Amino acid sequence: MGRPAKPREISLSTTPTPDALAELQLGDIAYLDGLIYTAREGVYMRAIEQKAEIPLELPKQSATNFHCSPAASINEDGTFNMGAVTATASFRFAKWLSEWMDKSGAKIIIGKGGMTSELYKSIFVPHCAVYLSTVGYGTGALLGRGIKRVVDIHWEKEVGLAQAMWVIEAERMGPFIVASDLEGNCLFERENEKIAHGLDKIYEGTKPAVLKRFGETDDRKDEVIG
Amino acid sequence: MISIDLIEKTAGVLMDKAAVEIPQDYLDGLKAAANTEEGDLASFVLQAMLENYEVAKEDGRAMCGDTGTPRWYVKMSNTAQVEGGPIALEAALRRATANRTVGLPLRPNRVHPLWRTDHDNNVGIGAPEIEYGFEPTPEGEWIDLTTVHKGGLFGTDYRMLFPSDGIEGIKRFYLDSLVAFGKRGLACQPAIIGIGLGGCKDTCMVLGKRAACLRTVGSRNADPKIAELEDEMKELGNSIGMGAMGFVGKHMVIDCNIEVGYCHTGGMQMSVHAFCLSSRRAVARIWADGQIEYRTDPDWFTDYQRRETVEWDAPPSHAKSA
Repeated sequence: MGRPAKPREISLSTTPTPDALAELQLGDIAYLDGLIYTAREGVYMRAIEQKAEIPLELPKQSATNFHCSPAASINEDGTFNMGAVTATASFRFAKWLSEWMDKSGAKIIIGKGGMTSELYKSIFVPHCAVYLSTVGYGTGALLGRGIKRVVDIHWEKEVGLAQAMWVIEAERMGPFIVASDLEGNCLFERENEKIAHGLDKIYEGTKPAVLKRFGETDDRKDEVIG
Repeated sequence: MISIDLIEKTAGVLMDKAAVEIPQDYLDGLKAAANTEEGDLASFVLQAMLENYEVAKEDGRAMCGDTGTPRWYVKMSNTAQVEGGPIALEAALRRATANRTVGLPLRPNRVHPLWRTDHDNNVGIGAPEIEYGFEPTPEGEWIDLTTVHKGGLFGTDYRMLFPSDGIEGIKRFYLDSLVAFGKRGLACQPAIIGIGLGGCKDTCMVLGKRAACLRTVGSRNADPKIAELEDEMKELGNSIGMGAMGFVGKHMVIDCNIEVGYCHTGGMQMSVHAFCLSSRRAVARIWADGQIEYRTDPDWFTDYQRRETVEWDAPPSHAKSA
């Protein structure tokens, strides 16, 4: 491998044009400007399953949905105190995402770990949306610095502070890594494939456990021993 | 007698320190990894993390937005007495957890498993966990408070292995855990990997978690053969070809710590735990005279904690950590 190369850096609006999205390549480093809102299972369930009205004008105000619960509190005078922000793993939210994109017009989903190329192709591509991953995933303090101000919070009483819809104004907030493109290619799957080549060699000299588990077999008649 | 006010005040400081300041031993380990990482994206991630630690310290904000699940390890000298007794101690630790969650702020992570009730302060049924240890040290009356904010979702697994599984079986489960949770970086690696071997199912999990969270990078088990295995497992984990975030790279494991406990004669229980890129731990020793010493090494696994025999005959170096 040798000396590592520096990835390409890109600035991106949170209400991006189709051209700006088309420009993105897997592994690019993006910095965001504009309004971002947080929405995860609490917001999805409330907006989709309970059909509550979304308290923001979307996607006009923001087309960027952060899978995140910030480290934040509300002061007694109603102002906000926000420290670090870090993404949470997105694969758990796949079941709501298509409907959420219909409702919200989201073009950028930010989270941890990305999704499968299958989901990118079936949900993201038809909605012309891309996935950005946070870095690390612990760069909470860096991302916290990219918050110009906390604009608002919605549904904190209904779903709690961690699940609430926080609206933040981002100013060169990042870094984020482009983890999917408009064709639905997946950065993590690309990396997994490269790593997979060496795995057999690493596993040499190991052996599977004597006692198996369901999950390793889906045949419930299997005795999972030996 | 150790002042309860001092305990609560110190516990609050520890909550902040753990959340904001990366322990030096982990930082040194990560810097060494960053210097030799060759994967383009993995290298970018490690550099960003190093920058993140600086920013966290400068701004006094949490390193990571996910607070994990803050918990407490309490260790007392044999002669230590806490003002108000253990009930007052637990109340003080719960108050400090709640107050600093709001004050710093930290993310209120803890909710009811079924009703998702959130008190917005990381306190609830069984939360924060408070675990205890004791030391037969003759050096007077002190209490050690350690808080650990370990991530709470990915990177941990348990498996019932048997003596016939042998080292090959241990390696298989270790690799399975790292590869499964390392993909897409769910384990937030490179991590301090803790392995628990033996005990019962619950103690096996406890041993592995403590191996990850209560031992420092560079420490080695007092048993030289286990120490050798730790070196071997570290190298094995770093040979997978996977780095930070599951990108191509060569640093998955900053260090590997193994702790053992006597188990059922037919079994060889194994647990694997990953303490992440924000390995949050902070420690303080509070003395009865009001003196406070802050540090980052919990110094948990002393000879006494690993004792094998019925009676404890303290060797001259019994207070030395491993």
